[in-house]
Amino acid sequence: MSTVQSTGAVAGYRPERTLRLSVELRRQFKRRRTIGVFALMVALPLLLIAALQLGASEDAQSNSRLNLVDVATSSGLNFTLFVLFATTSFFLVVVYALFFGDTVASEAQWGSLRYALATPVPRMRLLRQKWLAALVMSVAALLTVTVVAVVAGGIAFGFEDIQTPIGITIGQGDGLLRLAGMVGYLAVHLLVVGTLAFWLSTVTDAPLAAVGGSVFTMFVFAILDQVEQLGSVRDYFPTAEEFAWTDLLQTPVDSGDLYRGVIQSLLYAAVFTALAFRHFARRDVTS
Amino acid sequence: MRPTRGLVRPSPRPGARATVAALTTALLSAALLAVPFAGTATAADDVTTEDATVPSGTGADAVELDTTVYVPSSATAQDPAPAVVLAHGFGGSKDSVAGDAQDLAARGYVVLAYSARGFGDSTGQIGLDDPDFEVADVSTLLDVLAERDDVLLDGPGDPRVGLSGVSYGGAVSLLGAAYDDRVDAIAPRITWNSLTSALFPSQAGAVDGNTVAATPATGDAGVFKRLWSGLFFGAGSVPTGDGLLASLTGGATAEGGAASLPQIDPSTLDSAAVEQALTCGRFRADVCAAYQSAAASGTLTPEIAAILDRSSPAGVLDRITAPTLLVQGTQDSLFGLGQADANARGIAANGTPVSVVWYDGGHDESASEGTTEDLRELVAGWFDFHLRGQGEDPGTGFSYPVPTGVGAAVGSVQGGSQTEEAAAYPGIGDAQPAERVSVPLSGTVFPVVTPPGGNPAAITTVPGLGAVTAALGGTTVEIPGQFAAFDSAPLDAATDVVGASTVTLAVSSPTGTATLFAKLYDVAADGSQTLPSGLVAPLALTGLSTDPTAPTEVEVTLPGIVHRFETGHVMRVLVSSTDQAFAAPAEAGVYTVALADGAALAAPTVDGAVVGESSSSRWWVLLGVLAGLGVLGVVVARLWGARRRRQLSVVEPDGEDVPLRFEGVTKSYKDGFTAVRGLSFEVRRGQVLGLLGPNGAGKTTSLRMLMGLIRPTEGTISVFGHPASPGAPVLSRLGSFVEGTGLQPHLSGRDNLELYWAATGRPAEDAHLDEAIAIAGLGTALDKRVRSYSQGMRQRVAIAQAMLGLPDLLVLDEPTNGLDPPQIHAMREVLQDYAKTGRTVIVSSHLLAEIEQTCSHVVVMAKGQKVAEGTVEEIIGTGGAVLVVLDDPADTDRAVEVLGVLPGTSVERSDEGLVLELGGTSRAAAVTALVGAGIGVDQVTPRRRLEDAFLSLVGESS
Repeated sequence: MSTVQSTGAVAGYRPERTLRLSVELRRQFKRRRTIGVFALMVALPLLLIAALQLGASEDAQSNSRLNLVDVATSSGLNFTLFVLFATTSFFLVVVYALFFGDTVASEAQWGSLRYALATPVPRMRLLRQKWLAALVMSVAALLTVTVVAVVAGGIAFGFEDIQTPIGITIGQGDGLLRLAGMVGYLAVHLLVVGTLAFWLSTVTDAPLAAVGGSVFTMFVFAILDQVEQLGSVRDYFPTAEEFAWTDLLQTPVDSGDLYRGVIQSLLYAAVFTALAFRHFARRDVTS
Repeated sequence: MRPTRGLVRPSPRPGARATVAALTTALLSAALLAVPFAGTATAADDVTTEDATVPSGTGADAVELDTTVYVPSSATAQDPAPAVVLAHGFGGSKDSVAGDAQDLAARGYVVLAYSARGFGDSTGQIGLDDPDFEVADVSTLLDVLAERDDVLLDGPGDPRVGLSGVSYGGAVSLLGAAYDDRVDAIAPRITWNSLTSALFPSQAGAVDGNTVAATPATGDAGVFKRLWSGLFFGAGSVPTGDGLLASLTGGATAEGGAASLPQIDPSTLDSAAVEQALTCGRFRADVCAAYQSAAASGTLTPEIAAILDRSSPAGVLDRITAPTLLVQGTQDSLFGLGQADANARGIAANGTPVSVVWYDGGHDESASEGTTEDLRELVAGWFDFHLRGQGEDPGTGFSYPVPTGVGAAVGSVQGGSQTEEAAAYPGIGDAQPAERVSVPLSGTVFPVVTPPGGNPAAITTVPGLGAVTAALGGTTVEIPGQFAAFDSAPLDAATDVVGASTVTLAVSSPTGTATLFAKLYDVAADGSQTLPSGLVAPLALTGLSTDPTAPTEVEVTLPGIVHRFETGHVMRVLVSSTDQAFAAPAEAGVYTVALADGAALAAPTVDGAVVGESSSSRWWVLLGVLAGLGVLGVVVARLWGARRRRQLSVVEPDGEDVPLRFEGVTKSYKDGFTAVRGLSFEVRRGQVLGLLGPNGAGKTTSLRMLMGLIRPTEGTISVFGHPASPGAPVLSRLGSFVEGTGLQPHLSGRDNLELYWAATGRPAEDAHLDEAIAIAGLGTALDKRVRSYSQGMRQRVAIAQAMLGLPDLLVLDEPTNGLDPPQIHAMREVLQDYAKTGRTVIVSSHLLAEIEQTCSHVVVMAKGQKVAEGTVEEIIGTGGAVLVVLDDPADTDRAVEVLGVLPGTSVERSDEGLVLELGGTSRAAAVTALVGAGIGVDQVTPRRRLEDAFLSLVGESS
């Protein structure tokens, strides 16, 4: 028979040591899905570089609209901005939804959730660790795509200053700093879709429902955002200010929208996270 | 060409900023589940409107003014309120200012909006803010206000009143304050100082002032601003009175009234009157004649100048004593920043308080809704302090949009607009004179051709659209050979230009006169050039040297702008001979244009601070709040954990002997289904307990409750004396395998076991991994992916996982499903040996043989209830029957006789053999009797085994 602590736990069991972040990350990184996402994150910038190199010629000049594609090839940092711009409204949303939405629901689907809970990993701790692991992976994915874009873009298009569409240049050091700010903003703003997926993940046992549900919700709001008649109601959408990070290209930077975006994202994230914890704490785990 | 997605994102909608505060509050309150999105509620007074027609003027010039008075409910005879007169822009009517009027009235002012004579439903003719007519009308309106009992009076017939208006209405505000000293505060917006300088500009010559946007006034000659003038007069001469350009009225839409041509009596038809009506519309004859002359000749005559000067505040600024808020736009090619600058200098010279505000907008581009809202606040704040003595002193500061390197309207692409503020407008009153940065320029002597007829002409500005750079997305059009360009070196540091730069040129002309257009371009490193705000400084030069080798030096003031020249960009002063928007001389000629010796660009700068520089501090505040919330969260979690530990400290004393106790446990679901009802039993240490029942008996539900996955509706479950709540630490003594293996299919069996143990956070040596692996007995298959396993292999890995760490209580649900007979046998031995170490095993099954052969004790469940409990022998032993199979079936009859005589027995025949109810007789006695009678016995097996017991107990045997 085992030695027992006063709490009734077996000697060697400490709630705060259960499901450590390193263990959860190890569990996640043993999954092909995780490796796949990261491989995609590396591949995407390379793919875009190839595409830009191939079609560099005719169309770019005749387009008089201001856009980031026109200046995408002027430097590695420019290319990175273009990659971020291209991925903000879909690709990164899916990545966040995947990492956050899959985390609890997939355990429920495998049936391993009940063994983790009977270990016992306290429910709130399980959720917290899952949340943190999802955040670490999502941010790591975001950083991967950014770093690959900076490095590969730099090699392909030169380590030069940022050239904004309106002909202003931003020095490399300053540019990197701003890029860090943009990635930081995106990391926070995407928490909205992430935490929504996380909440759904605690509600359903089907990972697809959690991931798909949150992505679908974001798309619905993105479409509604096009409806001018809704007026300022749209400012409260979870998708609001998703491109506010482009404000960091201004000189001087006007951080008003960024600030609003951060606050609103954090509020949404807090609400969804609270809903997730509330639901999970009361839930009967029957899967 | 495929459309590509550009960097175009929706600009912030109005109110977006205002709600940030509300959002922040919501975050602080951390009311996470019910976030109050506070609306932007304005404590709006109920406002009633009174329409009236006010007669003004005498004789032939008597008119009826169409007015509306907006009365807030707070203004009463007992508590009179200050009044504000709102004048509309050119081409508008009283309806154009309805929005502003409602807003001010809601703030508690009695607001009088009126249509100026010649506009809207007012009668009369347009005199261009003539002091004898339009300005006198203002005095009439003040008289009207003085008679209202809900308007605050400073004295008999002297109401407390402010004037405000945009453009045409702004000028009448200034003139009204100059001519009527009852006016207590004014807030004119985007208006003129001198119509002469505005319509016939010439920005050459010395400037009288040290202000940032000081611009020379037109002397004898100016360059006719033909496009704008045409629009300006066109708006007044069309019969409907509709604004041709909404921008003329400051962006408001003018509702076309039923205005019509001046009534002409056919009986007195006079050809002059008809012509006047058709060509001049509602303009007064003298104004009309002046315009026609100017449009035809493009030159400024003394007659025209006289009419325009009469309508200009420039000459009467010294009479203005009412505190003045001057609002001017940076996107304004009609009334530039220089006009407000001249007003500020003139009014401040009297010691009158003046505050200057530049905003991103003007006649070329209406301001964003956010900016419009900000301006309303500013004007209301000005009146609040100067008319009511309420609110903060708005002071005599100067604010302007933060300079950006973005050309004209392109700025909206990136959204956001910030404002910078300085304590005072440089160069007026006691304020320091404007600071100027000297930027050296270089360039040779350029011959500049002026083409015959002034065509082709450079295109820079389109009235109402501003810079064509913005409108067309291209660069401005400069005609080769028609310009001189002087460049600075690429800038080492970004240079903000706030105001009008000056430069000295050396010009010669064969005729002694020249018409030139000076511009300040921003040239990017790639050579693309942007004309900030699309503004041009026309120069009407006279008395020039005709000798190109000895040119005349001319001091030139470039357009007033707010612009940042980025690092690496070049500042280019470009002087051209033509511009589409202005009249140019018809004769061809060649001028020479060069920089004067040692000339440099003197660019004004203002040392302002960005408003709401909280922009960086508020991020710290946010960070602080988040950190605070984080700390709070940790503290709460600690306290909650401590409380939880206290709750868990209640332990039943016999816990170690009773590893599991169910007491009256019921589980009902919301839909009314009751899975387990009043279940009570105990498991003692060292037992192998079987939980037996058909599918749906509530076995798995009970095990889930025991694992803390489901909460019981009633009753308690204790594990080793501790309540088995979700996540209870005592569950760490439990090993379980319940319904499904829970293995991760993409991992190998070994990885599954190792990761499972790692997740428990317990020391690796406690795992007894090798023993568990031995139990799984998978051999090399352990390192293959679980995906490739058979059901039995998965089952064994899952059981091995349950046994990791050798738990004191092992719970297995249907453990032998999918195992082959030898494995089942081995499993039984493993479980029985396990119990012999003093640990306890619970096995659930719907297979009777399984329970009978594995378990020492059994709890029988059916339909959520316990139907029997005891040792396996007790359950089996109640009543005894044996099946007797004889060697030779022919002996059956004899055997029945032999057995029939034994005490208490009864015999029945069956297909399998004889079923003997033993009664009091032992099996041995029965067999002895048979053998004694010479009957060969093949088998004697217990007949009434658990299966019968089970079926009879659960009531399904009958």
